[in-house]
Amino acid sequence: MSYIKPTFRHPSSTKNEAGFYRADYEGKISTLCAGCGHDSINASIVAACYEMNIEPHKVVKLSGIGCSSKAPAYYLDNSHGFNTVHGRMPSVATGANMANKDLTYLGVSGDGDSASIGIGQFVHVSRRNLNMVYIMMNNGCYGLTKGQDSATADVGSLSKSGSTNQFSPIDMVGLALELGATFVARSFSGDKTQLVPLIKAAMSHPGFAFIDVISPCVTFNNNKGSTKSYDFVRDHIEATSEFDFVPVKEEIAVEYAAGSQKTVTLHDGSHIQLSKLNPDWDPTDRSSALDKLQKAKTAGEILTGLLYIDPESDDLHSMLRTTDTPLNELSQDVLCPGSKILEEVNAGLR
Amino acid sequence: MSEKIRINDMVVRFANVNGTGSSSSNEIFSKAVFRMGIPVSPKNIFPSNIQGLPTWYEVRISGKGYLGRRDDIDILVGINPQSMEKDIASVRSNGYFIYDNTRQLHDDMIREDIHMIGIPMMQLSIDHYEVPRLQQLFKNIIYIGALATLINLDLDVVKAIISEQFEKKPKLIPPNHKALDLGANWVKENLNYPLDVRLEHSNATGDKIMMDGNAATGLGAVYAGATVLSWYPITPSTSVAKNFETFAKKYRVDPETGQNNFAIIQAEDELAAFGMAMGANWNGARAFTATSGAGISLMNEFIGLAYFAEVPMVLVNVQRGGPSTGMPTRTQQSDLLPCAYASHGDTKHVLLLPATPTECFDFMADAFDLADQLQTVVFLLSDLDLGMNIHMTEPLSWDDARKFNKGKVLNKEELDAVEDYGRFKDVDGDGIGYRVIPGTHPSKGAFLSRGTSHDPYGVYTEDGVVHAGEIDRLIRKFNTAKELVPQPEFYQKENQGKHAIVFFGTTTYAALEAMDILEQNGEPIDAMRLRAFPFSNIVKDFIDAHDTIYVIEQNRDAQCRSLLMIELGIDPTKLKSILNYDGMPITADAILKQLQQHLHDYDGLQPPDHRQNGSSHSLKTTLL
Repeated sequence: MSYIKPTFRHPSSTKNEAGFYRADYEGKISTLCAGCGHDSINASIVAACYEMNIEPHKVVKLSGIGCSSKAPAYYLDNSHGFNTVHGRMPSVATGANMANKDLTYLGVSGDGDSASIGIGQFVHVSRRNLNMVYIMMNNGCYGLTKGQDSATADVGSLSKSGSTNQFSPIDMVGLALELGATFVARSFSGDKTQLVPLIKAAMSHPGFAFIDVISPCVTFNNNKGSTKSYDFVRDHIEATSEFDFVPVKEEIAVEYAAGSQKTVTLHDGSHIQLSKLNPDWDPTDRSSALDKLQKAKTAGEILTGLLYIDPESDDLHSMLRTTDTPLNELSQDVLCPGSKILEEVNAGLR
Repeated sequence: MSEKIRINDMVVRFANVNGTGSSSSNEIFSKAVFRMGIPVSPKNIFPSNIQGLPTWYEVRISGKGYLGRRDDIDILVGINPQSMEKDIASVRSNGYFIYDNTRQLHDDMIREDIHMIGIPMMQLSIDHYEVPRLQQLFKNIIYIGALATLINLDLDVVKAIISEQFEKKPKLIPPNHKALDLGANWVKENLNYPLDVRLEHSNATGDKIMMDGNAATGLGAVYAGATVLSWYPITPSTSVAKNFETFAKKYRVDPETGQNNFAIIQAEDELAAFGMAMGANWNGARAFTATSGAGISLMNEFIGLAYFAEVPMVLVNVQRGGPSTGMPTRTQQSDLLPCAYASHGDTKHVLLLPATPTECFDFMADAFDLADQLQTVVFLLSDLDLGMNIHMTEPLSWDDARKFNKGKVLNKEELDAVEDYGRFKDVDGDGIGYRVIPGTHPSKGAFLSRGTSHDPYGVYTEDGVVHAGEIDRLIRKFNTAKELVPQPEFYQKENQGKHAIVFFGTTTYAALEAMDILEQNGEPIDAMRLRAFPFSNIVKDFIDAHDTIYVIEQNRDAQCRSLLMIELGIDPTKLKSILNYDGMPITADAILKQLQQHLHDYDGLQPPDHRQNGSSHSLKTTLL
């Protein structure tokens, strides 16, 4: 196996509007297992950033610890990244975002990293509505330590070692909805047509955008009896709608029959277009999303697609009333009150 | 029971019930003493509780300018029946116990060797104020008025302070002034005054100010350009965050837009608090967090990440009594080692050791420059005594010519000029690489920060030689820090003897008093105050120049002594310990007593027996 990534670029590849080739969004060669769902997600991230015409250095990629959290090395090599500590990516993302509101913050995490050790930070970053994309690569197990059950493993799911999980799973999508997350979606690593536009919409959403991506672990949790295997997920997947993301400048091209579609306009003028809508669900109504999720669960379906979006989302910066200039660009003149003020302070302390 | 008259030299202790508004009237008292030009050092000795438990406010008044605690209580104003028995017992022989005789004192309480002064405080308040809550509050002012007359505290000065405090609620001024007069007049009509311990106007306070360390720390962060604060409430560091917020709201709101040039987040725990501040620093802002004991333990994993990923970080630790939850409202210097070597693996961190609120301000500003220059965690190691008590301290100053030192950060043009950028390449030989802030350059300078082993380019490695090389570079960086941090302070023009004392932080107050007493006894001792870790060569030279070093510190395990041994390779038998860890600030008496024990019967290996404060009236010092 080669560890050297070829620099060859296909002659027909083209630059995007920002002037970058798709290869400019790629990373180092992946060291994940062949067939790992995470690598498909990495490819979707590359595609979404390329298609969004984001300059690579305007993205910050962050992660915690685990297989999924190794991923930032495998995409966006021209972006700064921070591979933090286990379960604490959200806090580092929060601080980074506070320092510079103008960059796009893309956090990836796993189900161990998010639903167990990091559930506290996940909960609080959700309720603060930090402007970031949070992708949880969900394989139901701890891959890097050889396949122990995670907190998202379903009751009755059989592990490769033959043990059956007995504990109630944490549905991070349901949790995020309860916590007030303003963009909640679920997808499948094997469904790029759904995942890429979801990531693009999440990047355009001004607030906390959570995507739970089911991403089978080919080595430790792809066996018969596992509810996170490729076969099981493909058999039980149920999409809320067909989904497309339409950037600011583009016209909405495809028209569907009235009543079966919905267009959500985001702050920046871009649109999310949902078609073949499920009649008992409105993506801008949190309680209908929760209801839909619950019904799918009862029916044994894995509900994917956009579940909820709040088009009026106000992110943490607007709640804190921070200045329009990124805080890391404020000059000393603005920040330091100077000696005269200090004289006044002294006088008040005598 | 009469003794000679003592001017401007007393310890007054107020015994109150917490949650009854006593602390503001007690603060008025100490401020009035200060306004009379007399050095004063108040200590708030409070419970970890909101309402109903005993709380004390102890005021050392010293014309000589001694600001450390002294054990013998001259005057105790005993308002709290819960603690009265102990309070009466704590008064020195021939001292004064002032109490509320609205209810008669039990005969068992009477001590024949002290003056028992009953004043009908509550009765006076009930007679003149109707609302029960106000009766309680004005009682606090009545005893200040009574005490003022008894010790010649200038009532006009007290009244002026009250007028200033209620400037925005002028209706409250007359009833407060009236309460003062009620107490003062009752004493004038019923008692002999002034007492033998009394005050006189002086001019020993110069241009000094009265400030607590946490306020100075918060203000220092504003002056240093900190824009992001993430924090989690914990006594005694909470007021660092609150003060930063107060000052930021005052000096950092854009006058035109009303928008904030700062962001403050109350985090979900200390781990998140550290992570957020570190993330902001990584992204080019100046950010910090403040915590205490347990918070440091929780932050340990992140501290190691900031150390190894080389992210600037300012961490304020207002130390309290440990171990574990310990004594949340008492003081200690017991986090020195846990901070110096915080986190797993080989780690070492820069510690700044302020001794006064003025230094809290200065060192906090320095901490941000040092963190940016050294790209590492810088601790500001304060303590509860320094942070939460008001101290008489030098006025704060700021040089307007001073520029924030952001250390080695490459901008786009500089990056373009670099041929082969590597985040951790030691180009200058000082162990410090060049940072690039995210968003700087579209195709150059990006790196993935990580806690995993990496090569000079920041790329993951399992190559042992490369790993060891990076770990060694961090020591080069640490050595660079030695010369950048605040250097020790000396109190003698040149070394005078074979013995010396070494101390740091709030131990300084008692140490200076002890030195003064030794000098008056004709036995001056050399002294060095440590102001930072890592120790520079100056520290080693001073220790090498003496036969015996007495390291004075406020913890059980002689942590500073250990640090000197470990880092400078000092012979353990040469370093002797003077310790205190009862949660109260160390006294000069305690220092002198332990010094004396060392000189007579101490083997130098274990700490001596008397490791807490304790009064000793007939102190003889025979040093040499």
